[in-house]
Amino acid sequence: MYNYLSAGFMAYLRRDLLLGIRNKSDLVKPLIFFLLVSALVPLAIAPEAERLSQLAPGIIWIFAVLATLLSVERLFSDDLQDGSLEQMLMSPNLLIMPILGKITAHWVVIGLPLTLLSPVIGVWFSLPTIAVMPMMLSLAIGTAVLSLIGAVGAALTLPRQGGVLLALLVMPLYMPVLIFGSAVIQSAVDGLDWTAPLAILAALLAIAVALCPLAINAGLRLAKNG
Amino acid sequence: MNLNVKWTWFHRLGSPRWFYQKTQRWLPWLSLLTLSLLITGLVWGLAFAPEDAKQGNSFRIIYVHVPASVVALAGYYMMAIAGAVGLIWRIKLSYMLMRSAAPIGAALTFIALVTGAIWGKPTWGAYWVWDARITSMLILLFLYLGVMALRHTYSSSEAADKASAILGLVGMVNVPIIYKSVDWWQTLHQPATIKFTGAPSMHPDMFMPLLVMIIGFYAFYAVTLMLFTRAEILRREYRASWVKQLVTNKTAEK
Amino acid sequence: MAAANILKIKSLAFERNDALLFEPVSFELNSGEALHVEGANGAGKTTLFQLLIKMLEPCSGELLFRGQPVSECHFEYLSDILFIGHQSAVKAALTASENLSWMSPQGTSSEKIAAALQSVGLEHYANVPCYRLSAGQHRRVALARLMTTSASLWYLDEPFAALDKQGVDFIEGCMQNHLNRGGSIVFSSHQDLVKIAARSYRLNPFREVV
Repeated sequence: MYNYLSAGFMAYLRRDLLLGIRNKSDLVKPLIFFLLVSALVPLAIAPEAERLSQLAPGIIWIFAVLATLLSVERLFSDDLQDGSLEQMLMSPNLLIMPILGKITAHWVVIGLPLTLLSPVIGVWFSLPTIAVMPMMLSLAIGTAVLSLIGAVGAALTLPRQGGVLLALLVMPLYMPVLIFGSAVIQSAVDGLDWTAPLAILAALLAIAVALCPLAINAGLRLAKNG
Repeated sequence: MNLNVKWTWFHRLGSPRWFYQKTQRWLPWLSLLTLSLLITGLVWGLAFAPEDAKQGNSFRIIYVHVPASVVALAGYYMMAIAGAVGLIWRIKLSYMLMRSAAPIGAALTFIALVTGAIWGKPTWGAYWVWDARITSMLILLFLYLGVMALRHTYSSSEAADKASAILGLVGMVNVPIIYKSVDWWQTLHQPATIKFTGAPSMHPDMFMPLLVMIIGFYAFYAVTLMLFTRAEILRREYRASWVKQLVTNKTAEK
Repeated sequence: MAAANILKIKSLAFERNDALLFEPVSFELNSGEALHVEGANGAGKTTLFQLLIKMLEPCSGELLFRGQPVSECHFEYLSDILFIGHQSAVKAALTASENLSWMSPQGTSSEKIAAALQSVGLEHYANVPCYRLSAGQHRRVALARLMTTSASLWYLDEPFAALDKQGVDFIEGCMQNHLNRGGSIVFSSHQDLVKIAARSYRLNPFREVV
């Protein structure tokens, strides 16, 4: 008996992971961007360790947001171009499953490497070592939320792509993630309880997983038929 | 078969037409009500309400700032709900209301921000302070602008309406999250002087004109929404026979 | 064996900008039958297919699959149909056999995939990533689905477009085999078919009576 409920998630996860790995340049570009803009900060502001470590929590998070924003724009555009979006929309799956599969693949290919790369930025900005683990946890969970919300924007701007509109739509929705994400790192630096903002990030992830696929589904159908 | 098709077509068109005709009758006295409320509130608040103990006369800007903020936020919900109704029941008039609500809400948010800045200078010494309220208002402005900007992504207005409605709903879910998170992030702003569940901590002599202004702004919102929606109806239904009739009547009058 | 009624369309209509696109469509299709949808360019053939695969919602009319309204057997309907439209749905970074494997039912053996690629003449490209293949070759990968699918109802929107005689023969062969096995096909084409005996349905653009 075909399992309509869970079918599609693993299939699309596997396929998009394969596609992500094959398109190595698309994989690496956001990471290079993340490193590059982080390197701009000491040049533009000040190389003193003290000032940089003050800026670190926020800066790391802002650049994670920007890197994710850049990478999420083309999440559905190839599928629209080659016709696989149509096949996905008419497949006998609960449509949130393929969508979640695709976004999970996107997170594995973009958000996870970003998280793993962040200690490097931490070192650059003299982030205290006690804050590194909380930083990585906040990025791991937070970038997943960013991927989900970004996918909503990508779906809604699918007919006419060109970065700025996506950023305009998605940035206000990113702000709570940014606030709590950087708060995790800042609290860790200050020696306060960083698990509280992290729990809120996790709650945001739960809400996003529940609601974003519905909006994405509606947006994809609109882009295909509109 | 052809008759059936024409009848359903007409039925769906009947809704905007009904709105247009009803508002034709409502607008005159509603505008009068709005004007009187706003004038009463402004005169009372600006001239007659007592001076504030700490802020002197500069606090009087709240008679514009607070109503604008309140209605700007309520307006977003109004817009999102209109979009939702349009999505669920496919009512075109609902989409038109949503379309009209966006620029009005954006303008009110802008007024709230500017008056907030004007209030900020004498009160805190700076035009802009990154406190919870102002920051949330700024984000609200971006949410409005996003809904307005999405219109041009789609070539068909039906699709553009649906997309804006989806975005409006996503924003609506986010507004309390944004407000709470910004609030948590920073609190410099005065604690809320108007609570809807408790007694206001403002002196009644100051509060009454504020209440009048808030109701006046709501009435103003209703009037502008009706005017914008009427224009939107004419814009979209230009092919309908009743619109053509209106135009011929108007030109005949001249 | 009595032919089972597979598809029943009753007064299916679609509107855009308050105007009906085509005259409401009604037809029936039994197993082993093929229906050729005819109509001038722009009459709405592609839109009809979009309605049939539930990509678009009709403004009126009913779609019955094996006697049940599709709204009640949504998943069963979608799992039993195959749709090949104008786009080939081929992913450029995957190889031809990976693509065909993806588009075929779960658990299709690699022998079957290889055999399908051979019948469209792509056996040498089985492990070649599709960005190296031409658009015509992408089409052939998509058409190879006809050999591996298990769907009983086929929707083919202009499958013969821009194909040479060999390609046309291949598709007609697949279609005939499918019909012999009791499957059904709805297709559109500008070409006159030699081998397939199909009923015709003419799609007429909606004209308002003034």
